[in-house]
Amino acid sequence: MSIRTVEYAVGRTPEMGVDGRPAYGPMAPVDLPEPELGSEHMLINIGPQHPATHGVLRLVCELDGETVLRVIPHIGYLHSGFEKLGEYRGWNQVVPLTDRMDYLAPLIYNCAYVMSVERLMGIEVTERCKVVRVVLMELDRIFGHLLWLGTTAIDVGAFTPFLYSFQEREKIYTLHESLTGARITTSATRVGGMMADLPEGWAEACRKFVNELPRTLDEVDYLLTTNAIHLGRTQDVGVISADDAINYGFTGPNLRASGVPYDVRKDKPYYDYETYDFDVPVGEHGDCYDRYLCRMEEMRQSIRIIHQALDRLPDGPIDIDDPNVVLPSKTDCMNDMESMIHHFKIITEGIEAPVGESWFSVEGSKGELGMYVVSDGGTKPVRWRVRPPSFVNLSVIPKLAEGHLVSDLIMINASLDIVLGEIDR
Amino acid sequence: MADETLSHPDASRTPHGSAFDAVEQGPRRSDEPARDLASVPTAVPSHPSVAALRAVFGEAIGAHQLHAGDQHVVFVDAARIVDVLEYLQQDADQQYAFLLDLTAVDYGGGKPIQVVYQLWSMAHHRSLRVKVELPLNALDVASVVPLWKTADWLEREVFDLFGVTFTGHPDLRRILMPENYAEGHPLRKDFPLRGRFSRAEQTRRALGLHVEDNYTDFEMGVGRDPQLVAEESDGSLPGDAPRAAPDAAPDPAGDETSAAVPQAESE
Repeated sequence: MSIRTVEYAVGRTPEMGVDGRPAYGPMAPVDLPEPELGSEHMLINIGPQHPATHGVLRLVCELDGETVLRVIPHIGYLHSGFEKLGEYRGWNQVVPLTDRMDYLAPLIYNCAYVMSVERLMGIEVTERCKVVRVVLMELDRIFGHLLWLGTTAIDVGAFTPFLYSFQEREKIYTLHESLTGARITTSATRVGGMMADLPEGWAEACRKFVNELPRTLDEVDYLLTTNAIHLGRTQDVGVISADDAINYGFTGPNLRASGVPYDVRKDKPYYDYETYDFDVPVGEHGDCYDRYLCRMEEMRQSIRIIHQALDRLPDGPIDIDDPNVVLPSKTDCMNDMESMIHHFKIITEGIEAPVGESWFSVEGSKGELGMYVVSDGGTKPVRWRVRPPSFVNLSVIPKLAEGHLVSDLIMINASLDIVLGEIDR
Repeated sequence: MADETLSHPDASRTPHGSAFDAVEQGPRRSDEPARDLASVPTAVPSHPSVAALRAVFGEAIGAHQLHAGDQHVVFVDAARIVDVLEYLQQDADQQYAFLLDLTAVDYGGGKPIQVVYQLWSMAHHRSLRVKVELPLNALDVASVVPLWKTADWLEREVFDLFGVTFTGHPDLRRILMPENYAEGHPLRKDFPLRGRFSRAEQTRRALGLHVEDNYTDFEMGVGRDPQLVAEESDGSLPGDAPRAAPDAAPDPAGDETSAAVPQAESE
């Protein structure tokens, strides 16, 4: 297992205080004796409609001056009851609900859901389907990280990376659109395969995109990684130790920034991830800056994976050959009666999963994304549960933000990379 | 809670008629087979943690199932769940440091609700799913927040959506649904897809919220004289008009105040 520690382009301030904060610095709370001003604590409400909360998140803060004493997150403003809805839909009809949860990396959610159902049904998808799904999941990991990069940079005052990263995201939107017809709500997967095979020229377009992306990453790297303002705003802000990170349930880049080399792709490999050559970036300090470095490096590693996957993309069918699960082709439906009836039966009655349950997780862009499906042998789930990585990551914010300034709270919130659609579900 | 006494206000006459009935029922096979949940796999390969659990806890460890090829599920007596999970977390041969997921499953039909703990041992590269069955008339189980901080929000979610009470939880209140939500626990099978109240009633309740309903008692007390807060036991801000009972939202028109009480509406 190749684990690489992220390299620091600049030295960290040597005058580090014992509590892990710099002894001086423009953004660090100053440990001066508290003057007797007779002030009282203040309650400040941030959100739910506030651009810095990255969605309809509401943070109620107890402040002493400008120092955050306590943060109480309130969520649920975007609650749509997806899990309840899923219990009333067929196994394939749940797929459109999954991409509405994390609309920043929808294909990862599409894939994770059907992978869990396929485990439950004991279906092994075709080689081509595996590789295509790996490409799509890595592409959307970049997709999610690029949004995080732009919006986080803009939260601490850097406007340019936002433009750069959204320019690149637009290219991924185009790739989504040519594959699925939709830019955000992709719904690209089906149990046993994909909605459609890759269109003509898609692989080349994807290759062109990943060839060009590193240039943009380098530019953003140059703008942010050694930028004094960015360093001041991120280094030693929102620190969490490795043990705490595990106990609080951190996963994904947030956990790895604390120095825990846990990546589902390496530890519980699926879709032959063990045969791909890629590194898992691991941080040291568990602060916002390390989370930034981990995500930047992850995008470069995803590019490596996409290159390897496109190299090995095999020919052959993308759907499995199982008439109980997969729809016949439209051409067949229009030409022979058997396929027509078969198509009608699957559409109106749905496919059946055996009695049982399956908890399956993939490495999402936000962390470990688990999908738990329970079946009673019928055509729809008894229970469909999403282990939402951002939900668990967000629950740590009271601990991370305690004792920081309000402006640091914004940075900490941004560094967690949350998406409220998935938190509230 | 009093939620269980609520019933759907005449489900046969929903405001939307019967056009949505098919949607609410979802797909069903025409030749629907009899469902048997007991038909779980029988030949289960051994799992090192389950063997150790049986040796340590004996009778408290129930059935051991295998699902989806390689996923081990073990049922545990609800009274011993914290001991079992603490053993799994702390023991050197187990070291399940990660509580990846905590959720619940309601199979409906009066069957017990299952609380599900999904564990992962990074040291041994092993995963295990531990389940507890709670009968519908005794939906409480000890909280595991002392073991894993991540259980805080996950248990709040199960409490919110299933109505399972986690004893010993530091701050057990609703998380996804609003604090004053009175329709019950949405992910229970006896909860209708469109909720228990009519759309009009739901809208009326949402519009009738006071600003301070969005704050917890702790938050309302920040920066204010504790004695003053204690005196205003109804939680209203100084200068506000006196409030009605918290469950009955104010009715601007002033007519049919009894409609605010859901029991009255269902008759």
